[in-house]
Amino acid sequence: MSKSKRILMLLLATGVIISTFGFSTATFAKEKEITIGFSVPSLYFTWFVFTKEVALDEAEKLGVNVVVYDGMNKVSKQISDIEDMIVKGVDGVLISPIDIKALVPGLEKLDEAGIPGATFDRKVVGVPFLVHVGADNVEGGRMAAVYIAAKLDGKGKVIELQGTPGSSPAIDRGSGFHQVAEDFPQMEIVFSQTGQFDRETGMRVMEDAITAHPDFDAVWAHNDDMIMGALEAIRSAGYDLKDLTLVSFDAIPDALESIQEGRLDATIEQHPGKQVREAMRYLVNYIRTGERPPKHEIYIVPTLVTEANLEMAEKYGEIKK
Amino acid sequence: MEARPEEVTELVTRRTGARILHVLNTGFKKYGIFIAFLLTCFVMTILVPVFITPRNIFNIIRQVSMIGIIAVGMTFVILSAEIDLSVGSLVAFTGVVAAGLQVYNGHSTFVATLVPLLLAILLGIGMGLVITKTKVHSFVVTLGMLSIARGLGLIYSGGYPISGLNPSFRFIGGGMIGPVPVPVIIYLGVVVTGYFVLSQTTFGKYVYAMGGNREAARLSGIPVDIYRTIVFGIGSFTAGIAGIILASRVNSGQPTAGIGWELDVIAAVIIGGTSLFGGRGGIVGTVIGSLFLGVLRNGLNLLNVSPFYQQVFIGLLIIVAVILDKFRR
Repeated sequence: MSKSKRILMLLLATGVIISTFGFSTATFAKEKEITIGFSVPSLYFTWFVFTKEVALDEAEKLGVNVVVYDGMNKVSKQISDIEDMIVKGVDGVLISPIDIKALVPGLEKLDEAGIPGATFDRKVVGVPFLVHVGADNVEGGRMAAVYIAAKLDGKGKVIELQGTPGSSPAIDRGSGFHQVAEDFPQMEIVFSQTGQFDRETGMRVMEDAITAHPDFDAVWAHNDDMIMGALEAIRSAGYDLKDLTLVSFDAIPDALESIQEGRLDATIEQHPGKQVREAMRYLVNYIRTGERPPKHEIYIVPTLVTEANLEMAEKYGEIKK
Repeated sequence: MEARPEEVTELVTRRTGARILHVLNTGFKKYGIFIAFLLTCFVMTILVPVFITPRNIFNIIRQVSMIGIIAVGMTFVILSAEIDLSVGSLVAFTGVVAAGLQVYNGHSTFVATLVPLLLAILLGIGMGLVITKTKVHSFVVTLGMLSIARGLGLIYSGGYPISGLNPSFRFIGGGMIGPVPVPVIIYLGVVVTGYFVLSQTTFGKYVYAMGGNREAARLSGIPVDIYRTIVFGIGSFTAGIAGIILASRVNSGQPTAGIGWELDVIAAVIIGGTSLFGGRGGIVGTVIGSLFLGVLRNGLNLLNVSPFYQQVFIGLLIIVAVILDKFRR
């Protein structure tokens, strides 16, 4: 064995000892405390950053610890995070899986280790889970379509800015919208392109949409970021926003502010905070008392937020007034 | 021997035909990508007449401007046989810093523009120093910076977009001078400067020399390491400019902005005929490459072509462009 190899082995061994030692003292000191592993698809999305903060807040109220894991939008990363949680010996896991099927193997290991798990927003199929708390994205899409149809009297040209192609929110929100839109033959979706859930892309695609269909009546975007970009494009093209109907999804502070200023008509609130809090409560309650939630899957009905019920939005408090 | 008149005519016709073919052939070889670009524009105009309206043309150039500006910097990097993968993350980093300086600290537009640009240059020079001193390939070091700069942007912003920017700052990305959008003017400025530096200065000649044969350049007395470091500074500087424009354009600093831009930028440079191995290419090609990507995206959007197919078209363009370029040599 060469010298450098030996040094490397020594370093590795020291690392293992230190980490085991550090870990064991930690568990000893907090033996009575409950630790929840919290994993989201990606902290690149504002939406999930918000859920993380809510999770930390709810955990503090319940008196439990939370370890946050960022899936970085990679299924492999989220699976290895779950494996880490098992090694770490967390008491429960609250997770929003990136993919409903791809994460099954990882979650099965969790079940084998006897660690209870709850999902929010996105669920998994085919794995025994304590509870899923989610919002109905398809219903949200339907609500948006009903609102636009009512505003347009069932007649007009609609521009659709889709989310990232193939992602579950894009599929669900789009399909809900199209289900309803089909009932209004005179309401035509003249342009449907992806804005990648991204502000700048939304703006760029909206510029193209305006060029192709300058006589549009409404814009429906699968998330708020894209409509924020689209608003910039519409503004610089010189439209009067009063003549247009603009609806999006997520109820982020920027969107709420735009509604307050009368630039955006409506956004769909799917209560991410409520989802996380409820799921966390059920999970912690189960760990403490062994009591199971009333139902296996709990769906929160999304809310259409307009100027009239702006205070319904979870992030209403974050608007700069 | 006397030739019969009809034979002469035939010969002349054949010669003219051959000449036209020859001109087309060499023309296509020499300006292949440019001709393909013009053809695409022509086809788009026929399919969607609004394509050629002045407003749409400005739209395209404005949409292209950010990728185009970075592509000018990237041309320097690739010409000197290096690569820079960090530019997309630097766009986000400079954007959130510019936004944060205004929103968190109440700084003026001037400070909020200058500081992120200087930071970008510093990061670029830092990468250059690491690359030249440690001899680690630029692919690795800039890949590391891709992650570092993205992380720094997320840390600085806490993962949230920073909005509520100064009205004067918004002029950079959203303003117009006459009928021309400001980003287009900045783009033009960067292109002209890049072209001038590359073709008229000693530094430009060194960039080509280093890319052609670095060892030969070193032996002929060019302080290669210094110039390589400067090249990375230039690349990051252009990413910084794009970051400022983007933040201004979407009226917020987005920590998730610019994901994957490095690939678009490299694609634009390659489509424009700059060799990935350095030493050959230039700014004019890069501008055409950037515009080509923009025209294709805009045209396919106007035609409402499904986003799934769009990705296939753009991939094909990259490959075909490089094949065309191979014939040219």
